[in-house]
Amino acid sequence: MEVNVKEYKHCVLVTIQGRVDSATAPKLNEVFEDLLNRGRFKIVVDMSNVEYMSSAGFRVLLSAQRACRRYHRGEVVLALVPPRVLEALELAGFTKIFRRFDNLLDAIGYF
Amino acid sequence: MSVGGDIFSLQRSWPARFDFLDEIRTFVGQAAERAGFSEQAVYAIQMATDEACSNVIEHAYRGESGNIEIRVDWDGLQLTITLQDTARYSFDMKKIAQPDVNAPLSKRKAGGLGIYLMKKLMDEVQYLPSPQGNTLILRKRKEKAV
Repeated sequence: MEVNVKEYKHCVLVTIQGRVDSATAPKLNEVFEDLLNRGRFKIVVDMSNVEYMSSAGFRVLLSAQRACRRYHRGEVVLALVPPRVLEALELAGFTKIFRRFDNLLDAIGYF
Repeated sequence: MSVGGDIFSLQRSWPARFDFLDEIRTFVGQAAERAGFSEQAVYAIQMATDEACSNVIEHAYRGESGNIEIRVDWDGLQLTITLQDTARYSFDMKKIAQPDVNAPLSKRKAGGLGIYLMKKLMDEVQYLPSPQGNTLILRKRKEKAV
């Protein structure tokens, strides 16, 4: 798994590539923790290159969403979620918790 | 011969560590492909096995070293994945609270999600604890060709 962060004035774009499981999820969590510690609460996650994500990855997204939504200071939104990952997110009931976008421009423009 | 027509059994063992999950997913994924499952079902089988192994590593071995032995049996109708560990602890799936997947964000609990998904992704999940370790059996039937 690779994670890239691009910071814009109004939001942050987090791009995840590869596979997120119990082995790699802690690294993803560190990226979110760092952003939250620096007061960046408006986050777009580009999921287009996520090959696989287990519940370990879902938990990281959930905890980031909880921290960002606190005091209405921000939100985590998901962009370009691949079909297989989306099906699993739906099973977990996560599609109700995350706003989704079909392209990056709309996702970034949301903030 | 039609794809998935041959019956087969495969068996391998891995150290009970998260960094082997990738290899384990590849192993069961290749078996599911060989059995002729759809791409969607292959992903589901890989994910259920990952969730099962992650649970064994986290809740049964709890940081202790050991192995997970995985056996895959394809009988032409269903794929059976049997995970065997020799961990000291058991994890009673019935005691792990089922997450409320309809709860709002503020009430959402992170625990139990792996087991919940495992049951949703497979047709049958059977858990057999014993003094020698835990056995977890995951079954998925082949979907009918459209």
